[in-house]
Amino acid sequence: MTGREQAAQHLAEPEPVEPGPVTSEAGFGPYFGDFGGRFVPEALIEALDELDTEYSKAKADPAFADELLRLHRTYTGRPSIITEVPRFAEHCGGVRVILKREDLNHTGSHKINNVLGQALLTKRLGKKRVIAETGAGQHGVATATAAALFDLDCTIYMGEEDTRRQALNVARMRLLGATVVPVTTGSRTLKDAINEALRDWVTNVGTTNYVFGTVAGPHPFPAMVRDLQRIIGVEARQQVLDLTGRLPDVVAACVGGGSNAIGIFHAFLDDASVRLVGLEAGGDGVDTGRHAATLTGGAPGVLHGARSYLLQDEDGQTIESHSISAGLDYPGVGPEHSWLATTGRAEYRPITDAQAMEAFRLLCRTEGIIPAIESSHALAGAMQLGREAAAEGRTDEVLLVNLSGRGDKDVETAASWFSLLDEEGSR
Amino acid sequence: MTGTSHEVASRTAATLDRTAAEGRAALVGYLPVGFPDVDASIEAARAMVDAGVDVVELGVPYSDPVMDGPLIQRAVEHALAGGVRVRDTLRAVEAVAATGAPVLVMTYWNPVVRYGVEAFARDIAAAGGAGLITPDLIPDEAGEWLEASDRHGLDRVFLVAPSSTTERLSLTARAARGFVYAASTMGVTGTRASVGADAERLVADTRRGGAERVCVGLGVSTAEQAAEVGRYADGVIVGSAFVRPLVEASTAAEGRDGLAEVVRDLAEGVRTARG
Repeated sequence: MTGREQAAQHLAEPEPVEPGPVTSEAGFGPYFGDFGGRFVPEALIEALDELDTEYSKAKADPAFADELLRLHRTYTGRPSIITEVPRFAEHCGGVRVILKREDLNHTGSHKINNVLGQALLTKRLGKKRVIAETGAGQHGVATATAAALFDLDCTIYMGEEDTRRQALNVARMRLLGATVVPVTTGSRTLKDAINEALRDWVTNVGTTNYVFGTVAGPHPFPAMVRDLQRIIGVEARQQVLDLTGRLPDVVAACVGGGSNAIGIFHAFLDDASVRLVGLEAGGDGVDTGRHAATLTGGAPGVLHGARSYLLQDEDGQTIESHSISAGLDYPGVGPEHSWLATTGRAEYRPITDAQAMEAFRLLCRTEGIIPAIESSHALAGAMQLGREAAAEGRTDEVLLVNLSGRGDKDVETAASWFSLLDEEGSR
Repeated sequence: MTGTSHEVASRTAATLDRTAAEGRAALVGYLPVGFPDVDASIEAARAMVDAGVDVVELGVPYSDPVMDGPLIQRAVEHALAGGVRVRDTLRAVEAVAATGAPVLVMTYWNPVVRYGVEAFARDIAAAGGAGLITPDLIPDEAGEWLEASDRHGLDRVFLVAPSSTTERLSLTARAARGFVYAASTMGVTGTRASVGADAERLVADTRRGGAERVCVGLGVSTAEQAAEVGRYADGVIVGSAFVRPLVEASTAAEGRDGLAEVVRDLAEGVRTARG
């Protein structure tokens, strides 16, 4: 008997299905090719099954879709607009650049798309408490917002280092009635906040729903969060068609865990002519070791419940990531991105802190839009991709960039980066 | 054993059968490799066996231990900061197995994935280890490990929790070898005022699911708790209560003495359990 037959006999489980072609219909989880799955303590399996079952029911229930759509229309501010940015595009080789404006959503980023769906699910599960992890604070703020709206108890875990970098978001969450717990273990950033949230969930799973913020984690989170963010690409695809009469040539988005990127990529998966490009946080540069470019500089392994790429040493210990952007400062990435990367359907490249901040500055000055530093990585990617296209004579290309969040939270970081608060910078 | 694994003799099961013949539960003791350093952790584990532990659980330090509470997190962070490597675990297994007690390696899954599942199984077996306890690997994801553990004659201890469904108890019991690790309460490692009332029911349900041997862990720290759990479980698993004296001691020798005292106390507990 082969090992696989033996495993099948032990478990009476079907053999894994071959991944097949990469299309929008292929990735339902729990596996995306070799990636995904559930590498979590047994104590969480019942809750994950319960969530999976309830989510499947909700997906089939028109009332769920109607309620979510109503919330998006009357609360989030959807559909979010697209904005063509010709002055910024001059720095992108002169190609056409169109921004999808998730920064204009209520709470300031794409995170609200996911959170409202998961809050509705929490209600359907009959649970009264939600927990969440947050890095930059955007997901924490969105979760605290939904908790206030839906009258749920809310605890947010945030690395102590990030509570310092994003003090204003800590205050926002507390204004909204959430308890914010600074996490003081490990690197004191997003990965440790997830560990602590998982420990809370293992302990309180009977009363508590874990509102996971990105397309990582154990099944069903990668597929569920992807479905809830998919609206970004569905809207943007039609909006670009309406504006330009054709599909974009390139869709670019920043990738930390990867939820805004999957959100805008997914509606284009079946459009073979559309290049999908994820921009990872290159920090000081991938060759320095101080970065968060998981797909560029990592290797496959298991972290936070899923098999995916991660930054790890030769013993499989997670390596601390580095990025000027707290929201991208994560050593893992969602399993669907690992699948899209290994199959070649999407490509990923690193953007350094300095490149991201240059794009940040340019968008402020040329278009009057202050982007999140996370999204600035996608803007810097657009600058590279546009110049590359122009160099090859393709100046009529259309680049769609997901502007996943606004930069209000980053003003202090940017002021420090550009020395705006001393006499030199104030001129 | 049930399932297809009956052809592999489990050393841990043999020890549990011996303690059962003595009319008592086994005492299973956990320590992380590399705390306060590798040699001191080996000495501590050997002292634990001398003081009455029947089965040793050696932890591989890992950067993201989601099933561990603050005490073990702190010990493991210290071990990693001190430069402990996964290969140090093999040296520790060999040194502790020389006592004759079965040595199980408690490891989160990524260090094994990185080492290579087959290579890790081969090297643990060569070092004299009895098998693995895998807190974040469920049988559903364990195909490669089921195969490697059969090939190298290793125990594979999976966990069940009070939330586990009947179906999952049965699936886990079929996949496990050595024993099934029943988590006494929903939560992470650490000492607790009382062991959950769920534990006894979970042990009974797990046996009904087909498990021959079930040991209980999480939250056991006193002789009274050990005696209580020892009435109904095949083994009593103790972690944080054994790590604490090492964390609180100012020297390795002082830590070892403190540890031995706690072990003797709990070993007495499991011996009084069934009157």
